[in-house]
Amino acid sequence: MSKQFSIGMAALAAITLGMTAAGQSTPLVIGVSIPSATHGWTGGVVYHANEAAKDLAKKYPNARFIIKTANSPSEQANQIQDLYTVNKINTLVILPFESAPLTRPVANLKKQGVYTVVVDRGLTDTSAQDAYVAGDNPGFGKVAAQFMGKQMGGKGNVVILRGLPTVIDNQRVDSFEAAMKTQYPNVKILDKKFGNWNRDDAFKVMQDYLTRYPKIDAVWASDDDMAVGVLKAIQQAKRTDIKFVLGGAGMKDMIKRVMDGDKMIPADVTYPPAMIADAMRLATAARSKGQKMPASTIIPSVLVTKANAKQFYYPNSPF
Amino acid sequence: MSTPTSEAVRPAKRPNILARIGALGPLLGLILLAILATSLNSDFASISNVSNVLTRAAFTGIIAVGMTFVIVSGGIDLSVGSLAALTAGSMILIMNSLIPTLGSGTSTILVGMLIALAIGALAGLAHGTLIARGRIEPFIVTLGTLGLFRSVLTYLSNGGAISLNDTLSEKYSPVYYGSVLGVPIPILVFALVALLGGLLLNRTRYGRYVQAIGSNEQVARYAAIDVTRIKILTYVLLGVCVAIATILYVPRLGSASPSTGLLWELEAIAAVIIGGTALKGGSGRIWGTVVGAILLVTIENVLNLTNLFSVYLNAAVQGVVIIIVAFLQRGRRT
Repeated sequence: MSKQFSIGMAALAAITLGMTAAGQSTPLVIGVSIPSATHGWTGGVVYHANEAAKDLAKKYPNARFIIKTANSPSEQANQIQDLYTVNKINTLVILPFESAPLTRPVANLKKQGVYTVVVDRGLTDTSAQDAYVAGDNPGFGKVAAQFMGKQMGGKGNVVILRGLPTVIDNQRVDSFEAAMKTQYPNVKILDKKFGNWNRDDAFKVMQDYLTRYPKIDAVWASDDDMAVGVLKAIQQAKRTDIKFVLGGAGMKDMIKRVMDGDKMIPADVTYPPAMIADAMRLATAARSKGQKMPASTIIPSVLVTKANAKQFYYPNSPF
Repeated sequence: MSTPTSEAVRPAKRPNILARIGALGPLLGLILLAILATSLNSDFASISNVSNVLTRAAFTGIIAVGMTFVIVSGGIDLSVGSLAALTAGSMILIMNSLIPTLGSGTSTILVGMLIALAIGALAGLAHGTLIARGRIEPFIVTLGTLGLFRSVLTYLSNGGAISLNDTLSEKYSPVYYGSVLGVPIPILVFALVALLGGLLLNRTRYGRYVQAIGSNEQVARYAAIDVTRIKILTYVLLGVCVAIATILYVPRLGSASPSTGLLWELEAIAAVIIGGTALKGGSGRIWGTVVGAILLVTIENVLNLTNLFSVYLNAAVQGVVIIIVAFLQRGRRT
């Protein structure tokens, strides 16, 4: 009650002071809408969003953060409507559950004057967003292919585990194959099947790859959760032909293995769930000065090796 | 109507023969699939692949054995996948926390297993009580707990993974990776559970009561069968089966995450129905369920071993095979 009253007073003060001061003294109410923690990566997103909110609230006393998690696209659409009508947000940072169903609701909020920042999954209509912050999916595949090609000395057999059939996965795999073809044409890609970004499914698919191919030199698991299942399948089959497995995303257990110099996990490629925190930081910094954000910010996928692994290790994160 | 005798006799005879052939539907389907698979890739018939397939089938297969009882009694349980995930997570957390007092050895693992069985049985008891005593539709009760169990696990794991302590994981791993006389332990446990399930359903009074309740609950009540108790027991039995499957599952990856056991409920129900148990209850057979579970895993295995179809069509192929098998055994329903 008193909080709302003081916000109301602040808004009133801003209006009476006139437009010049409005940028500075209007409190920044930032709504953060993300999918709930239903698997490792989104678990990381929730963690980093909460950490960033705590951190930013200290740095910007004028800013308030409301974090909401959703279980489905429709729930998320309802939530952002509530964020606007109930919490009176003036900035929205959203990691959409799915692109298409969230496009209209986000466009609606923008029309009503909310500054909208979309993270990771682009909307189908980009005019619905003021700014876009995302990981680099084609880069994710390219960096992986370049590392693997080099590590294998330019020749050998690779099997791929794909994620779920989505645009993100297509971008990654297409760019992996393209990079491999142009830079390391002697690396043969034996097959690519869906492991659904899931440990159990990856375990099964890898078991079947091992049955089917007598000689595999390396595995692009394309995700750290899947790499866990892949490693177990290799261990079970007692195969020694596979020299290494490359995952991705930056799960703490895998980063730790890279740090420790595990031969089977020589590297990792980032696709950090911390990108939500980056988006929140950029939004708060720009909005607190009344400025606009760049229309599009791409957070590059970085190769993590023993040399730089420390920078990417978050021991407290669930992911 | 001029020959009433033959009219009366024929329907009695025909379904008998048809039912016999029809009952073999799932087995025929599995054999056809195996022949096709071997012709496509000779590695299919290799011992290591067959043991992979059977080991994988063990998880949903064991659950499906319990599910057979529930479905035969006229119920359903949608929550088994979530329950498996929650059981796995709780079991790992408790085992990890026991290390300082019990050490990272066999005793901790045994306690973990007992706790898993207790969680499974309690969940089953809760389901059964709400359904049989509380008179709520099984579909609704277990739809509720489907979400409940998984979200508690997600909460416990912070959305990430709950991992078993490394030394404990090492000690525990033979339960999944070990074998007796060359047969992997999960397969042995699966066979044992199926055998006991078959005996229980077909050779005991309890099994007959379950079938009686499924075919007509009202009549069963008039026949002085303690319907409430028998029904509750079917859910407890299923809960225990879920726990057994989880005990075998945990050492595989040594971790539980919110995606553990996803869609196991549908796989288990599908295995039961493909195996020739009527979804409306009344009759069923355990061996059919076992074949159904193996069949489902085999389809996936064959798709991984070959490049016949676009990977995008995997689910379509699975759907077609399931429908064909259901068609092969439709004789039983007439």
